Amino acid sequence: MSSGTIIFLALVIGVTVLGFVAAGWGRANLSSFEEWALGGRRFGTLVSWFLLGGDLYTAYTFVAVPALIYGAGALGFFAVPYATIAYPVVFIILARFWAVAKRRGYITSADFVRDRYGDRTLEIAIAATGVMAALPYIALQLIGMKTVFSQIGGAFGAGGGFVALAVAFVVLAAYTYTSGLRAPALIAFVKDTLIYVTVIAAIVVIPAALGGWGHVFSSAQTALAARPVPSGILLSPGMYFAYATMAFGSCLSLFIYPHSITSLLAAKSKFVIQRNAALLPAYSILLGFLALLGFCALAAGIVTKDTNAIVPLLFAKYFPDWFAGIANAAIVIGALVPAAIMAIGAANLLASNVFNQFSARRPPGETRIAKLLTLAVCAFALIFVIELPVQYAITLQLLGGAWMLQIFPAFAFGLYTRWFHPKALLLGWIAGMLTGSGMAYNTYLTSTPHKFGAIFPLGLGSLKLVGFIALYALIANLAVAAIATLVLNAANASQGTDGTTAQDYA
Amino acid sequence: MKKRAWYWLLLAPFVATLWPPFYNHTDPAFYGIPFFYWYQLLWVILTSLLLAFVLLVTRDRTDV
Repeated sequence: MSSGTIIFLALVIGVTVLGFVAAGWGRANLSSFEEWALGGRRFGTLVSWFLLGGDLYTAYTFVAVPALIYGAGALGFFAVPYATIAYPVVFIILARFWAVAKRRGYITSADFVRDRYGDRTLEIAIAATGVMAALPYIALQLIGMKTVFSQIGGAFGAGGGFVALAVAFVVLAAYTYTSGLRAPALIAFVKDTLIYVTVIAAIVVIPAALGGWGHVFSSAQTALAARPVPSGILLSPGMYFAYATMAFGSCLSLFIYPHSITSLLAAKSKFVIQRNAALLPAYSILLGFLALLGFCALAAGIVTKDTNAIVPLLFAKYFPDWFAGIANAAIVIGALVPAAIMAIGAANLLASNVFNQFSARRPPGETRIAKLLTLAVCAFALIFVIELPVQYAITLQLLGGAWMLQIFPAFAFGLYTRWFHPKALLLGWIAGMLTGSGMAYNTYLTSTPHKFGAIFPLGLGSLKLVGFIALYALIANLAVAAIATLVLNAANASQGTDGTTAQDYA
Repeated sequence: MKKRAWYWLLLAPFVATLWPPFYNHTDPAFYGIPFFYWYQLLWVILTSLLLAFVLLVTRDRTDV
């Protein structure tokens, strides 16, 4: 075994032990749902910072964002304004959600929607959206791990990396089952440390080896301009609207994903969340520099069909073997943390809002159901990755982003107003899901080779406005919900019971 | 709760980053990094500072 493989193996085995040890953290009764699923809502600023950072900035993010820059130039940098303006949203909206959730005992976003609107169908719609968005996201984490395994080769590469992947994922499912959210919370410390070390080293070493940033950008510009579909290091004016709507739409949906909600609700106070909103942008800086590695790959003349491989390829080219081992471990552990939280988040939605329905008094046995569902979710994601082509997971994750935003009216507006009628929100949700999926399918039909896209040219007369599909769908959603509310109110349709009171939001 | 009025400050990062014509140029560059990139990275830091400031002026004494 090479030194890189030994370091890689030692780190991965080390975090596995941590995952099981986490069960004893804080001497909790892990048969309680709140203890297992949310770490007992006891995490302070530091633990929450590592947990949220480890959860939101996934290995896939760190691989896909540079890949996007490598493929599309400046447009790919939208991830940075997105990861900036998401924090005022957390500071205001999610801090408010935390307070209601604490007071009313919510574990999921659908718990709140059920309590607020008293509508079972809406509860299921919200929960199903979260699960549908989470599953392909977990699959993408697995794909990131598989890329590393097959690159290391040897025993890891057996069966194209699938054998090692299956082993890693069974272990992940086992410690998530035993330790709940405490496992990824503890492992996140290792994950984030590794990520910071590798990214900072990359930012210092790689541009210098390429003759400085000035040279990196000028050679990247030449390479991008020479492509069959030319792009560059600046946006073309036709892409301004797409850039802004992608950043804005994504920032609204980031924190309503089940894994974000799970990590946020684990904080011990509203103050911990607000303090983290100010501290988490440190990860966005890291993400920004990592994105620029996409230009470094262009300047270094790296040519590959699999753009997701550019970061591992850059590391292999510019770092000694032992350091590449650390970087590979960072990617694998960086995938394990969010995968575990996503599995818990999806299982919580299924257990709390689909198999049962939310009630302030949790039914007995709910924790056991959630734990078993975590195993089921993990198994499903593994089979998904083994059986289906990678492109399916990428496409579904893209669609998942558009779907996720469609719960925004019921969830985020619901935190401030009860104006919308629950049935109108349901109709709006249907309209949003159909609009988003329809536009995405249209991009598939009109592209060669066929591929689903995130942006759609909406025609207003002779004017074509290229914008983010998820946001166009949200506009359709809101329009339908507003009109239907007026109609239903005029018809005196029952508003449903609101379980919350004004004091719950204070 | 007049303290909430400070929240309006948090609109600044949205205005600053969601209007690309504002920063879609290469000059002035910073250590070879075009304006487009360092400007947006700078806003990550400014947003963080702004949030810390708003937290400081709006928090209650009882917060932990």
